[in-house]
Amino acid sequence: MLWIALYFPCLVEAADDSELQQLAAWAGRYTPNVSPEKTCGLLLEVAGSLKFYGGLPALVRSMRADLKTMGYHAALAGAPTARAAWWLARAERSRFIATLPPLPEALAPLPLAVLDSEAKTLNLLRRSGLRTLGEVMGLPRDSLAKRCGQALLDQFDRATGRLPEVRPYFQPPPVFHARQALQTEVCHAEPLLHVARRLLLQLGGYLLARNAGIEGFDFVLQHRDGPCTTIDIGLVAPSRDSAHLLHLLRERLERVVLREPVREVRLHAEHIHALADDNASLFHDEISASQDWPRLVEQLRARLGDDSVRGLALAATHRPEDASVLTDIGSAPRVDTRFGLRPLWLLSAPKALVERQGVPHYDGPLKLLIGPERIQSSWWSGPYEGRDYFVAQTPAHALLWVYRVAARGWYLHGWFA
Amino acid sequence: MLPRAPVLTDLLVRSDIRRATDLARVARPSVPTGFPALDAQLPGGGWPSGALTEILPAHQGIGELRLLGPALAGLSRKGRRLAWIAPPHLPYAPALDAADIDLSTLLIVRTTSLTDTLWAAEQCLRSAACGAVLLWPQQLKYAELRRLQLAADGTDAMAVLFRPPSAADQASPAALRLGLATADGGLAVRILKRRGAALQSPVRVEIGPPTARTQFSAPLPDTTTPA
Repeated sequence: MLWIALYFPCLVEAADDSELQQLAAWAGRYTPNVSPEKTCGLLLEVAGSLKFYGGLPALVRSMRADLKTMGYHAALAGAPTARAAWWLARAERSRFIATLPPLPEALAPLPLAVLDSEAKTLNLLRRSGLRTLGEVMGLPRDSLAKRCGQALLDQFDRATGRLPEVRPYFQPPPVFHARQALQTEVCHAEPLLHVARRLLLQLGGYLLARNAGIEGFDFVLQHRDGPCTTIDIGLVAPSRDSAHLLHLLRERLERVVLREPVREVRLHAEHIHALADDNASLFHDEISASQDWPRLVEQLRARLGDDSVRGLALAATHRPEDASVLTDIGSAPRVDTRFGLRPLWLLSAPKALVERQGVPHYDGPLKLLIGPERIQSSWWSGPYEGRDYFVAQTPAHALLWVYRVAARGWYLHGWFA
Repeated sequence: MLPRAPVLTDLLVRSDIRRATDLARVARPSVPTGFPALDAQLPGGGWPSGALTEILPAHQGIGELRLLGPALAGLSRKGRRLAWIAPPHLPYAPALDAADIDLSTLLIVRTTSLTDTLWAAEQCLRSAACGAVLLWPQQLKYAELRRLQLAADGTDAMAVLFRPPSAADQASPAALRLGLATADGGLAVRILKRRGAALQSPVRVEIGPPTARTQFSAPLPDTTTPA
């Protein structure tokens, strides 16, 4: 067992543990065994995570970097028992002790204030002239238990590993809600992104702990008065990558006009799905390509809008304008329709061509190479007309797709580019 | 100890150094064009991956896309995505399907500004998902071309830029620049720039007529006027 304790001095006075719950969600990225302590501490059992992070120093570095990003000051300490780690962190001694034998010596200089005892007991000890844990541990056990109660002795036994300690673990809630009040009212995107990063980091830990990804999230800006501004981010494929989610949010946030200053920021994620593990694979390229695709589409959509980033599909209709449709990415149904010769470019609206001596012109007289192919428009969609399509060649040897309507003349409809 | 002085033969195996008389060796596999006559003249035997290619057709509609058809079809069969950024018209699904391009690999991106076009191209190039990124930008400055070339560098995607023929006079960092013109039924591909010795005479490519899944009627007799 190896416990890391995080002590947040700023939360000692907290009214409830809502902020600690958010931090517990974040800590889920390091281990599934996260145990809250009062309103101001987290205890993480990390023995199983050391190898993944490349050792204790790297793990602690990563935690400190996250805490800095989130804007928290915390004291970190590590020990083989939860209680000892907590005491060390509580005393803000940044010590990491891997084994039991050196523990009593490390705990000895700590002040009595770290103990989880009633004021009465602490006062009794202080009045007896005791100042440090070492001095208390030096007393005979029997008389200590008699005077101060078995509970105090048990604390010491749990700290030194003589007694086991059973702790409740943090259970990630079914949906993720996090909020952050802003110290000053904010009118610009940049500081909001800073807060967003903090909340997304917590979301990332929460999702990792649940082994899940989200299909989207709402980023809600609470104004002084007036309705909230909600930015909803939708994803093509479930993800839990904080950096990616932040990137998408940045593109959107830069385009939001803030009519009023923002007071509070909230993050809601409700559509949470189990996510397959990203196992390391021999065929790394394939894996990264398959993950890159939804990511690319999301990035493009976040900046250009959903309507500007499309896929293409065939439709089972003979009407040329309708046979090719822009669709949502990845929703192209397989249609088995046979078409005649079709151009690679279609004009969005057919263009009338000049006709001289019965010959259509485009950069000179057109030579009709192949055709006609008669295509009737459907009587229910617009004016009924029969079109005779030809493949035509310009004097410069460009190939066009043109058609003739009996009464109205010639039109250019596409390019065989 | 001093580092060993570079020997000429060491330098010559580098992909960015070449003899003026040779075609460059390429580090990344190229995408065969599907036209052996053209492949023979291209370093690596095909469209360069991880580098910028410029296509400058003399006119629209002479086969500038059909020239890419076999390469695009090959990439889409492998599941690589094909990004079309700011195309001048609507890419038409029946013709792409007839050219054996898997429609589900297509990504059509429409933009409203050159900045967005270049940004989208960079994102697509940077993503491992795209096998080819085709773009139709407006007037480009050298610095913008350079940026695109840098974005393409080191990827394994083809980056193809379609530009007007007048752009041939402008200097470009592209690895390959092709001027296209028609030559009695085929396409005359002039290699304006390639990595390697210059090529004076154009390469004739039998690009073939547009293809259809089914032929619906026989070609007309060669008369200019319809009845």
